Amino acid sequence: MNRAAARRRRSHFMVGLMGLAVVLAVLPLLLILGTLVAKGASSLNLAFFTKMPVPAGETGGGVMHAIVGTLMIVGTACLIGLPLGIGGGIYCAEYPGSKLATVTRFVSDVLNGTPSIVVGVFAWTWIVATQKHFSAFAGSVALAILMVPMVTRTTEEMIKLVPHSLREAALALGYSRWRTSLTVVVRTTLPGIVTGSLLAVARVAGETAPLLFTALGSQYLSFDLDQPMAALPLVVFTYATGPYEEWHQLAWATALVLILVVLVLSVAARLATRGKFRQNG
Amino acid sequence: MSPSATGSDATLGGARFGDRLFKAALTLTALAVPVLLGFLVFELWAGSREAIGEFGLGFLTSSEWDPVEGRFGALPLIFGTVVSSALALLIAVPLSLGVAIFLTEFAPMRIRGPVSFLIELLAAIPSVVYGLWGIFVMIPFLRATVFPFLKDTLGFLPFFQGPIYGPGMLSAAIILAIMVMPYIMSVSREVLLAVPNTQREAALALGATRWEALTGAVLPYARSGIIGAVILGLGRALGETMAVTMVIGNRHEIAASLFAPGYTMAAAIANEFAEAVENIHLSALSYVALTLFVVTVLINAAARLLIWRVAQGGGGKSA
Amino acid sequence: MADAAVRIATERLSAMYGKSTAVKDVTLSFAANRVHALIGPSGCGKSTFLRAMNRMHELTPGGWITGRVLLDGQDVYAPGVNPMQLRRRVGMVFQKPTPFPTMSIFDNVAAGLRVGQRRPKAELAETVEQALRGAALWDEVKDRLATSAVALSGGQQQRLCVARTIAPQPEVILLDEPTASLDPQGTQRIEELLFTLKQTFTIIIVTHNMQQAARVSDTTTFFYLGGMVETGATRQLFTSPAREETEAYITGRFG
Repeated sequence: MNRAAARRRRSHFMVGLMGLAVVLAVLPLLLILGTLVAKGASSLNLAFFTKMPVPAGETGGGVMHAIVGTLMIVGTACLIGLPLGIGGGIYCAEYPGSKLATVTRFVSDVLNGTPSIVVGVFAWTWIVATQKHFSAFAGSVALAILMVPMVTRTTEEMIKLVPHSLREAALALGYSRWRTSLTVVVRTTLPGIVTGSLLAVARVAGETAPLLFTALGSQYLSFDLDQPMAALPLVVFTYATGPYEEWHQLAWATALVLILVVLVLSVAARLATRGKFRQNG
Repeated sequence: MSPSATGSDATLGGARFGDRLFKAALTLTALAVPVLLGFLVFELWAGSREAIGEFGLGFLTSSEWDPVEGRFGALPLIFGTVVSSALALLIAVPLSLGVAIFLTEFAPMRIRGPVSFLIELLAAIPSVVYGLWGIFVMIPFLRATVFPFLKDTLGFLPFFQGPIYGPGMLSAAIILAIMVMPYIMSVSREVLLAVPNTQREAALALGATRWEALTGAVLPYARSGIIGAVILGLGRALGETMAVTMVIGNRHEIAASLFAPGYTMAAAIANEFAEAVENIHLSALSYVALTLFVVTVLINAAARLLIWRVAQGGGGKSA
Repeated sequence: MADAAVRIATERLSAMYGKSTAVKDVTLSFAANRVHALIGPSGCGKSTFLRAMNRMHELTPGGWITGRVLLDGQDVYAPGVNPMQLRRRVGMVFQKPTPFPTMSIFDNVAAGLRVGQRRPKAELAETVEQALRGAALWDEVKDRLATSAVALSGGQQQRLCVARTIAPQPEVILLDEPTASLDPQGTQRIEELLFTLKQTFTIIIVTHNMQQAARVSDTTTFFYLGGMVETGATRQLFTSPAREETEAYITGRFG
C-alpha cells in the first residue's frame, strides 16, 4: 500500500516538474514581447514611419527607408522564391516516385537546415563579388534561396492532403493532366499553399545574417535594387550595437515593428488553413 | 456527339501540348533546388580555395587569427561554436522535452493547442530581436544576479572563474537555449504523438502510474525520434548567427571560463566578412562557412534519418 | 435482349499492376440502354476491369493492359486515340462522392462541359439544369446553385456527381460501387435513378451488394480471382447459375 502511494507521489511530482517546464518555456516569450512593447511603443509615432533617420546624436527621425527597403527586398525575394518553391512542390506531389522528386525533397531538407549566414556568403561570392558592389538584389537572392526549400516542402505536404479521388474524378471527366492539377488539385489546396508561403515570408522578413554583406544597409531611401539598401533587421542590428542612447531607443521601436510584421504573418498563415481539408463523405 | 474517339481535332493536340509544357515547367522549378545546392557548394569551395591551399586542414586546429599577417586558424571559432551549442542543448533539452511530454501526455486537452502555439511563436521571433533583448535585458540581469551567484557557489570550478563581463560564452548559450527550445519541443511533440495509444494503454492496464507508463512504454518507443529532434536543435544552434554575435563578446580566444568572451564560426563571418579587404581573409571566412555548412549538413542528415525511422516504425497514425 | 446493339465490348482484356495480373483475359459485350452489373468478392478484379474501359487504369502507377476495348466497334487503346476525349464519352462515378470542394453546385455540374468546346452561357445553364433533373437533384438545389457543393448531404453529393457525369452526354456510364458510402435512403434514390438513366445511356455498375445487382440490372457478370466466371441475364444468373462458384457466391458461401 505504502509503496503504491510512493509511486503515485513520484508520478505526481514528475508531472508537476514538467508543468513547471511549460511555465519556464513560455516565460521568455512573454518577457521578450513585454520588453519590446514597454521600450518600443513610446517611440512609435507617425514620424517613425514617415521620416528618414537623423544624424547620430540627434533625437527623432524614423525608419521609412528600412520599411521601404524590407518591402522591396522581401518582395523581390518572393518573386524569385515563391514560383520556384511552389513549382517544385507541385512537381514532387505530381510525380512522387520520380528520381528528381526524391532528390529535390532531400536537398530541400538539407537546405532548410543550412545556416542563413552560409547562404549569405554564397550570395556574396556569386553576385556581390562578380558585380564588385553590394546590392539589394543580392540580398533578395539570398532570401529567395532560404524560401525555396521551405515552400517546396510545405506545398508538397499540402497537396498530398488532397484526396486522390478528387484527382481521379477530374481525369474521369476528360480533364487533361495540367488542368486537373491546376484547377482542381492546386485550387483545392490553395489556402495551404498560402499558409506555407506566408510562413516562409515571415521567416525571411526577419533574417539579418544573409543581408549583412549583400544588401549591406543604407542611411538613405532607395528604390534601386542594384544599390545597397536598408532593411528593418539591419537597422535593429546597427542601432542595437551602436554607442548612442537614441539609437538604442530606435532599435527597440524598429524591433517592435519587425516583430509585429512577423507575428501578424505567422498568425495569418495559421488562420488561413484552420478548419480546411475536412472532406466529408 | 462525335462518332470517333481518335484524336485529330485541335483541342486534343492542345491538351497534350499543355501537359508537356506543364511537366517541363514543373521539372525546371524542381531542378532549381538541387542545382542551387550544387552551385552553393561550388561557390563556397571556389571562395575557400585560396585558404584551403594556404592552410589545408591545419586551419581547423590552429588558433591564430591575424588578418594583418594573413595567418588564420579556426580552432577558437570551432571551440566556441561547439561549446555554446552544447551548453545550449544542456539547458534546452530537459526543458523542451518536459514541455513536449507534458503537452502530449498530461496537459488538459484544451490548453495543449494554445500552449504549443505560444511556444512555437518563439521560433518566429527574428534572431536579431533576441540579440537586442539579450544585450539590453538578459545580460544586465545575468550580470547582476545569476553570474555572481554562480561565481560564489561554483567558483571552485574553472568554468566559473575570472572577471564577469556580461557578454560571453554563457550568455550566448542561454540565448541559444531559448531559441532552439521551440524546435526541439515541436519535433519531439510530433514524435510523441506518433506513438500509438496502445503502448500507453498496455502499460496503464498493467497497473503502472502515468509516469511509469511514460518512462516504461512511451519514451523507449519514441527514443530515436527524440534524439533526432535534439540533433535538429543542435543543427539550429550551430548555425545561429545574429543573437550569438550580439552577446558572445566576439574574441578569437579559447577560455576555460564560461564568463569569458568567445566567438563562433557564424559570428565571425557576420562580423568580418563585409569589412575584410585582403583576399586571404575573405577566403579564410569562406573556408569557415564551408566547414559550418558541411557540419550542419551532416547533423541534419543524421537527424532526419532518426526521425524518419520513428515515423516508419510508429506508422504516424495519430500525428 | 440479344438483338440490342452492342455499345461497348472487351476482347481478351487483361489488366496488370506491374507484374501482378488483376484481370485475366475477359471477353464481354455490353448492350446499349441496359444496366449491367459486375459482381464478385473484393479483390476479384471487377473495379480494375471497369477502370480499364475508360483508360483510368493506366493512370495508376504500373498499370497496363493487353487485349482490346471496343467502343462502337473502335478500339479505345488504338494509337492516336486520346484518352481525355474517350473519358468524355465514357463517364465514371466513384465509390465516394467527389464534388470539387472549391466549386459551386453549378460549376461542379458544368465542370465536364467546360473542357470541351465553348458553349454560350444560356446553353450551359440549360444543360446543367437538364443534367441536374436527370440526376433527380434539380428540385433540391435549384435555389442554391451558386453555393458550395460540399454543404450537400452524402446522397445529394453522389447524385451531383451523377449529374456532373451525364452533363457532357457520354454514351456509357461506369459506376464503381456508387452506393457503398451512402445510407439506405441515398442508395434507393441512386438505384431509382438507374432505371431512368438507362433510357439514354449504357450503364455498367460494379457492386458488392448482390441484392442491388438483382434489383437494378438487366445482365450480371460474376468475377472471381481476376477472371470472368459467368455472365447472363440477371434473373437467370441469380436463379439458376451455370457454374458452381457462382452459386457458392450468390448463396453466400464465400465473399
